[in-house]
Amino acid sequence: MPAQVITITSGKGGVGKTTAVANIAVALASDGAKVVCIDGDIGLRNLDVILGLENRIVYDIVDVIEGRCRLKQAMIRDKKLPNLYLIPAAQTRDKNAVSPSDMNRLIKDLRADYDFVLIDSPAGIERGFKNAIAAADRVLVITNPEVSAVRDADRVIGILEAEEKGPGALIINRLNPILVKNHDMLSADDVLDLLAVELIGVVPEDENVIIGSNRGAPVAFDPKSRAGQAFRNIAKRLRGEKVPFLDLDHTGGLWQRLQRLAGRK
Amino acid sequence: MGFFERWFGKKNSADNAKERLQLVLIHDRTDLTPAQLDSLKDDLIATISRHVEIDAQSMRIGVEHDGRSQRLVADIPLKGASRRRAKRAK
Repeated sequence: MPAQVITITSGKGGVGKTTAVANIAVALASDGAKVVCIDGDIGLRNLDVILGLENRIVYDIVDVIEGRCRLKQAMIRDKKLPNLYLIPAAQTRDKNAVSPSDMNRLIKDLRADYDFVLIDSPAGIERGFKNAIAAADRVLVITNPEVSAVRDADRVIGILEAEEKGPGALIINRLNPILVKNHDMLSADDVLDLLAVELIGVVPEDENVIIGSNRGAPVAFDPKSRAGQAFRNIAKRLRGEKVPFLDLDHTGGLWQRLQRLAGRK
Repeated sequence: MGFFERWFGKKNSADNAKERLQLVLIHDRTDLTPAQLDSLKDDLIATISRHVEIDAQSMRIGVEHDGRSQRLVADIPLKGASRRRAKRAK
């Protein structure tokens, strides 16, 4: 079966695109899928450090597009998962070094040999974003339950509809269940109400995400992390499995937290 | 938000966020400013008044959303309608 090409984008910066790409890629590859992730943020590359592969880069995506190396030479194999690859962004070039048709050509060459191609889009709605969505079969829009992130997500969803990329599916990232419970954060239902798109995942705020990025080991590797679990569930949904959404409503109570500490829940 | 603020009727910040976003998104999606909406309302009143007498004071016009699609909704009361209805009932 040819690869599913999935782009993760957000409009606003800093909502967790790169983290989501790394974690979904790790989760898919852990389940045995052959996965390539592409860092589309030329000039501000980061997917390499999140995956812990920054020391292995020799060639990058612009080298491939400009013919200085073969595609395979720019694909870095993951340290732990032999079926996970990264094509890094160029760090010393800008977004105009790549065009949407370059992306289409590059991804055409990957489709036959892999199960998933995940593209990490840069923030914004300009050239880099257009490059990132050019070849996508499916676009995941990631947001935080917060006014500016939701507003920007709405803009991006509008553009995706106008470009006939479908409305996209939504990931709500860094939801804090305690704030939601106190009505001091938009709930997942509130965000869905506002954006009116399909939901593919709700990821709770989890300090393990930062610890994982410090180490270059995404939380999807960590069986105990709640965020890791949420990303693994998104990966399953991308493979067509029906997975119930995590119950995030009952994490705030002291009693539940004590129970979890005691290992009873 | 503290217990006392809530006790004294201050709105939860999540409700604030949702209400503000609802308005912002309507304007983002339609590219229609409140001022443009007002001028549209004036034009509508002028046009409809040429055909039928309306109660311009209580006319309402706004953008509502249904999923991701927006619709312009106008509620235009006709003048004298209640009077006529009252007569017919006799």
